[in-house]
Amino acid sequence: MPRREALAVGLAAVLLVVVLPVCNTLPAGSPLALSNFTLNLFGKFLTYAILALGLDLLWGYAGVLSLGHGVFFGLGAYAMGMHLMLEIGAKSVYQSSLPDFMVWNQVTALPLFWKPFQSSAFTLAAVVLVPALFGLAFGYLAFRSRIRGVYFSIITQALALSAWLVFNRNEMNLGGTNGLADFKTIFGFPLNRPGTQRALYVVTALALVAAYLVCRWITLTRAGKVLVAIRDSETRVLFSGYSPAAYKLFVFVVSAVLAGVAGALYAPQVGIITPAKIGVLPSIEMVVWVAAGGRGTLYGAIVGAFGVNWIQSWLTTSYPDLWLLFLGGLFMGAVLFFPDGIVGALGRLAARARRLVGQPTAEPKQGTAIDHCAPMNSK
Amino acid sequence: MTPATGSIIYLEDVTVDYDGFKALSHLNFFMDRRELRVVIGPNGAGKTTLLDVVSGRVKPESGRVIFGHNTDLLPLRENDIAQLGVGRKFQTPSVFVNLTVWDNVELSLRRASKGVLAALRRRDPGEARERIARTLETIQLAGKAGAPAGALSHGEKQWLEIGMVIAQDPELLLVDEPVAGMTDEETARTGALLEEIAADRSVLVIEHDMEFVRRLARRVTVLHQGMVLCEGPVEQVQSDPRVLEVYIGRRREGADAVR
Repeated sequence: MPRREALAVGLAAVLLVVVLPVCNTLPAGSPLALSNFTLNLFGKFLTYAILALGLDLLWGYAGVLSLGHGVFFGLGAYAMGMHLMLEIGAKSVYQSSLPDFMVWNQVTALPLFWKPFQSSAFTLAAVVLVPALFGLAFGYLAFRSRIRGVYFSIITQALALSAWLVFNRNEMNLGGTNGLADFKTIFGFPLNRPGTQRALYVVTALALVAAYLVCRWITLTRAGKVLVAIRDSETRVLFSGYSPAAYKLFVFVVSAVLAGVAGALYAPQVGIITPAKIGVLPSIEMVVWVAAGGRGTLYGAIVGAFGVNWIQSWLTTSYPDLWLLFLGGLFMGAVLFFPDGIVGALGRLAARARRLVGQPTAEPKQGTAIDHCAPMNSK
Repeated sequence: MTPATGSIIYLEDVTVDYDGFKALSHLNFFMDRRELRVVIGPNGAGKTTLLDVVSGRVKPESGRVIFGHNTDLLPLRENDIAQLGVGRKFQTPSVFVNLTVWDNVELSLRRASKGVLAALRRRDPGEARERIARTLETIQLAGKAGAPAGALSHGEKQWLEIGMVIAQDPELLLVDEPVAGMTDEETARTGALLEEIAADRSVLVIEHDMEFVRRLARRVTVLHQGMVLCEGPVEQVQSDPRVLEVYIGRRREGADAVR
């Protein structure tokens, strides 16, 4: 990694991991104070950013557009949510050791697949392994059959729809439409205490930094170049002796794991996970974050996930009617006017400004921007 | 016919059927090691299908395809065949436009494993870098090593792809119409490049441009309707009445080209 980049990453990491939580501990009147509400909101955005990183690795580098990453987010979130439900124990409304929704549904014994989630070690493993294995199986079938481009995107969308239908069913014993909610503690720490939420925020910020470093490392290796090569010409990659299917499967599983981890961090901070987070719409929104932020840069995905959601939370409270219009406009704008996203547009503006001032410019690679124009790699 | 000990590729009774259209029909074809062979033929004669079969892109309905001494290519995937030592240069330049010229060659370099885990490991040793630099010298793109491949001209992209295939260090190189769309000067340079490559490996070239075929002046195979029509030195093939008839029967400019 170049030194300037390492410095920027280090500064951003300190800001996210140290400065913001410290601001949160300041007394409310202080000018730098950050409310519990805002820190919690940022924590949620950062989980989205973790997911967006994986999506960018998959889409921005390998050119594989998944419209079903809500599923992997959901798998991680539900795995964590199940453990949190079991932690509630008899403190629930019905004072049964079973989660409330099971009592409503007249379930008398804990279903077998819930039992291992009583163990926190198992839960933490499941958060990683369930999305990984599911991604491995799905990706193996899709990539082995050489399903690519738009066809792959459509299949992942079908996956999101079917997962949404499955998680909505009461018979699945996953809380149906209402999902899992009303969590009380996480690994024994009360979730309603600001200290616990701050710790969750710090863990999320650390996870984001780690996720960024892993993704960046991948892009710097030869494997990362193979991913870009696959986007450019899958046939050439194949005839150069590489198996594009193996590389796509690898990056698909990495992105599934990141989505799962993001979901697991989301559930305790937001306090609820429902099938509404799994379906087609949230999955497409995730793609919008990456497109709006700027594909193929990694940090663009973080900027997009954070920025779009911040605007959303502001618009939905101040001008609720405008949000969907804005979202639609954003996606169209990203396709039509700034195909390389916010970071790409800013980079070009900066280059132009520098040219006006008459300084030597570091022109961003135009080729990258142009090749990003097509919203999907339809080869 | 039994495979000669010196053969690099050997096709026996190969039939490729595209929904009733026989792109290759009981084709027998073989090439010696270190041979530079040119395959010509009218459109639809099965030239590109022949390359597809050898490189694993198309699996024939029947027949045998043997590489080298006794490696059966039929059960193998394209990337496995490439790893065995069969390189393929496509007709339209196919390079990685978002990677630098250097990276294009680096990815193509012959290496023991091209799996994901191997690619995640540390950088290549200096010896590999030397090989990349040498390849760039050969294709005269050393000055543009750091440029994105997308910024190269058409001819340069063709050479880059040839360079990428050289870097694979194949025993057999398949080249599909290397000079299509090139200027005369570029064509001459490409001819010299191919002859250089053929010095220590087998090269199978498909070509329409008879001027270029005469330049390479090697053994020529004429394909027609998925079968070998005739085979021999370029002068003999050009004067063969069957070849003339096939080209005249097909289209005039083809006949002109053969003359």
